[in-house]
Parts: sequence; structure tokens; C-alpha cells
Amino acid sequence: MGGKATTVALPYRGRVTTALAPPRATAVALTGLTTHRGDVCVTDAVTFEIGTGEVFGLLGPNGAGKTTLVRQLVGVLRPDEGSVTLLGRDVTGNSRAASEHLAYLAQTEPALHELPVGLAVESVGRCRGLSKATAGAATTALLDELGLTELRSRPLCRLSGGERRLAELAAALVADRPLLVLDEPTAGLDVTARRRVWDALRTRRDRGVTVLLVTHNVLEAEQVLDRVAVLDRGRVIACDTPGRLKALVSDDVRLELVWRAEPPDHPLRSRALVDGRRWSLRLPAAEARDALADLTSGATLALLDDFTLATPTLEDVYVALGGRDNDLERG
Amino acid sequence: MNGFAALYGGQVSRARAARVPLLFVATLQSLGILLLLRGVVDTTSDTTAQQVVAGSTVLVVAFVALNLLAQRFGALRASGALDHYATLPVSGAAVVLATAAAYATFTVPGAVLTAVVGALVYGLPLGHLWLLVLVLPLAGAGLAGLGASLGLLAPRPELATVLGQLGMSGVLFIGIIPAARLPEVLRAVRAVVPSTYAVDALALSFRTRWDTGLVIRDLGVCVAVAVAALAVASVAFRRAVRA
Repeated sequence: MGGKATTVALPYRGRVTTALAPPRATAVALTGLTTHRGDVCVTDAVTFEIGTGEVFGLLGPNGAGKTTLVRQLVGVLRPDEGSVTLLGRDVTGNSRAASEHLAYLAQTEPALHELPVGLAVESVGRCRGLSKATAGAATTALLDELGLTELRSRPLCRLSGGERRLAELAAALVADRPLLVLDEPTAGLDVTARRRVWDALRTRRDRGVTVLLVTHNVLEAEQVLDRVAVLDRGRVIACDTPGRLKALVSDDVRLELVWRAEPPDHPLRSRALVDGRRWSLRLPAAEARDALADLTSGATLALLDDFTLATPTLEDVYVALGGRDNDLERG
Repeated sequence: MNGFAALYGGQVSRARAARVPLLFVATLQSLGILLLLRGVVDTTSDTTAQQVVAGSTVLVVAFVALNLLAQRFGALRASGALDHYATLPVSGAAVVLATAAAYATFTVPGAVLTAVVGALVYGLPLGHLWLLVLVLPLAGAGLAGLGASLGLLAPRPELATVLGQLGMSGVLFIGIIPAARLPEVLRAVRAVVPSTYAVDALALSFRTRWDTGLVIRDLGVCVAVAVAALAVASVAFRRAVRA
């Protein structure tokens, strides 16, 4: 995956190589999207492109502006400045025009909650232009793919949170739109269901469907995304493949320490991100090795409940770029 | 049309759970008012009787289209559910109409029952009652547009409920009480209330002398009101989505 690379200055600690343009034909182009809510800048000159058949992610903590950005992309919100182009057509603030090209899964879909699963999916398919028979067949296939066949006649409001989310996703996937915009589709799902969703997305990517996936789950971002834009306080602070972004901090390792009781007065404390009894440090490899040797050789070892050394994740990239630690979900 | 049918099917399925109380309340409310007024108004006046029966029948529609729809769209707006419809290739007016039609499906028996019982109780002819086939959808569309707009524009769902109930009370008061007995000011208000022309058109069906010209005039106004109300609801829908 080799996109057009440019070096951009970031507002925080450094400069990173950033691929704002996709490696293939452009399916989605956001240009300078800026939105103010009172004095707060919710999205700040957001610019990137998504290629056809790409699984592109928006990663960022709660309140980073992901959902606002997505609602602008699907046309329900008009930005103060900037434009949204889908498959070559300007759809800025025009959800009706955007709906011809995309399917959108919001964070919650209360409009569907009182409908049986099968009817919810089928009626969305028919709204997207499928005949009753085709929508019925597509519903059957989708429910089978997502493991929901036995729940077909049960109303969404009577399902567990995870089952409901899968049913909502099924409604988004019906009728094969060329662009899928999914706002945290795996929120509340168990591991098995999450993998089923990831498989469904990969299948569609292989068919040439473009996917924009909003997540604050680092594991999901690393497993599924071709490229990812990291959002913080309404700004894109990095945009590239997960691999290239992680290479930014590849010389470092993450050292996690969990203390049995009140943490001691240790020199590492001043460099750690402290969350109760848990300390998290990102250190050069040699320094981490020395620190761990020091911690495990003396009396300090008895105070430790657990320790781990790990290679960097996108969360480390996020923190290195100035994001706040513990904002992202690791599971 | 396929999209409208799908939305309608979904809304019917959703409303099915509440159909019994919905039928019960909408029908009994109007029948109760009809019978109550039997002992109050001058039943020797054909015009009064026609208006009472027509007003009570349209009230069944108003209960659903104004009151319940204002509540429904207020709740949809508050829960963020409008994004779902806004990102489907269907118009806001189709969403409003499909929802109204779904609710109305369960009120047709109540409206017909009210008209028939009213005609029998007040001794009115039933020969032109087929006019209900035109009056009910047109009144429903006009009032649904108004009810949906109230729900979509109200800043809070509780306020949407209050506005819907106030609107229904207005239809009740202005629709059922004969125009000649209303104060001057309210007669002017009556002229701009969407349901007025549906009540007048239906009242014409109870006359012994059929007047095609008057019926067409009132139904024409109903069509214009319905189109305007749905246009307003469409704008309100877009506005609520962006709020």
C-alpha cells in the first residue's frame, strides 16, 4: 500500500510522513472541512482522500470530532467551510445525494429498534431500491453471514447489545452500496462477533467496496485498516498505513508496570503516565531493558504485581503525536 | 414508491404492538364526544348535526396525525434516529407520510364507525359516505404534515407532545362546534386550520342535496393544505436532521 507521501508539520511534537492521498482512484475526498460550535472548533481544516476499495479508519478518542466529521461526510451536517466529494460528486450538506452512493451506520440506530431483525434489514434494502423479493433474499444471506438467522423475527429492542449492533450492521450492509460509513460498528461486540464483522468488511473490500470505519479501538485499527487518520481535537494529526505510523515509534517499547499497593517513589514515576497503580512508559529499547533489570533485581520486585514489555501500538503513535493517554481502547 | 411501501411496512409493524389501545382511544373518544353533544347541541338543525358528525370523524384522524405524530417525531428527533432516514434515498415527506399512513391504517375502522354511528344517531343520510375515501387521506396528510412539523421543530420531545395535544384540542374545538356559533375571532382561526376544509367536505356528504361544486372546492383546499403541510414537514425534517 503505497500512497502519495508528503511530509507535514504537526501541531504537536514533531513531523511525520503522512499519506493524505490514497493509492488508487479516489472514492471520497474531504477538503478543508471546518466546523465551529460556539467558540469550539469541532473539525479543523480536515483534508484527506479515501481510495476505491480501501478500508480507511478514523481513530481518535471520544470527543475528537469523529462523529461530527462522519455526519458531514454523509451529508446530514453542513460544514462551515470545505467540501465533501463522493465518487466525483459534490455532496456537501446534501444527504439525499450522498445516500445514492453510501450506507451509513450511526453509533446507535434507534429508528430500527422496534422492528424485527429481518424486516429492519429488508425495509432498508427496499428503501435503497431493491425489489421485495431481492431484498428478502439479500436479508437472508446477510443474516446468515453475520450469524443472525435465528434472530430474524425478534425485534431489535429484545436483543442483547452485541446482537443488536450486528443487526444494525446488517441493515447498513444490505443492497451493496459502493461506500460504507460505519461509526464504531464493533462497539459492544464480543471477540467472535467482532471477527465476523471484520471478515464481512474484508469480503466487501475485496469486491471493491470502500469502507470508512470509525473506531477508538487500537486493535481494530491495526487488524482491519489499510490506512488510518488519527484525529485529535478536530484535527488530523496523522494519516498513513498503520505500519508506517507505528514505524514512527519503532525504536521504542512500551513498559507497563502494575504495583501491588501504593506505587513507590521511583525515578521512573516522573516519566510514566500514571493511572492508579498502573504506570505506562514508552522508552528506547535499551533503556527499557535496563529499567526492567533494575526493577526486577532488587527489593522493588516484591512491590510489583505485574509487568509487560510490548512493541508499540497505534496508541503509542497517538501519544507520541500529542494525544492524551488512556483515551483509546486497547481490547 | 418501493421506498414508501418499505417505510410504511416498517411503521405498520412498529405500530402493530399499540394497535388495540390506539383503536380504542381514537374511536371511543370521538364516539363519546358525538354522543355527548347529542344532548347539548340543537339536533333539529341539519347543519349543526352534519358538522358535529363530520368534526368527530375528522377528530379520529387528528388524534393520530397531529397528536401521535408530533410525539413520534419529537421522540425520533430526540433519540437521533432521523439520521437513519436522512441517509436513505427517500424524501422527508415520504417518511412523514409513511408514518402517518401506518398509524392511520389502524384508525380507519374508528373513523368509519364514528361517521356511520353519527349519521344514524343524528338521522343523517349515508348515501354519500364514500366521500370518506377522499376526505380521510387528505385530512390525514394535511394534519400529519402539521403534526410531524410540530414534533420536528419542537426543541424538546415533551414540548412536541404538548403542542400535538394543543393542536388536537384546536381541531376538536374548531372542527366540531358549528362555525355559526363560534365568535368572530375563532371563525377567522377556523378558516386557516388545516382540518376545517376536510370537516366541511365531509359535512357536505351528509346533506340531502349533493353539491359537487362545493365538494370539489373543499377537497381542492384539502389537497392544497396537504401539499403545503407536507412541504413544511419536509423542510422541518431537514432542519431537525441538521440541528
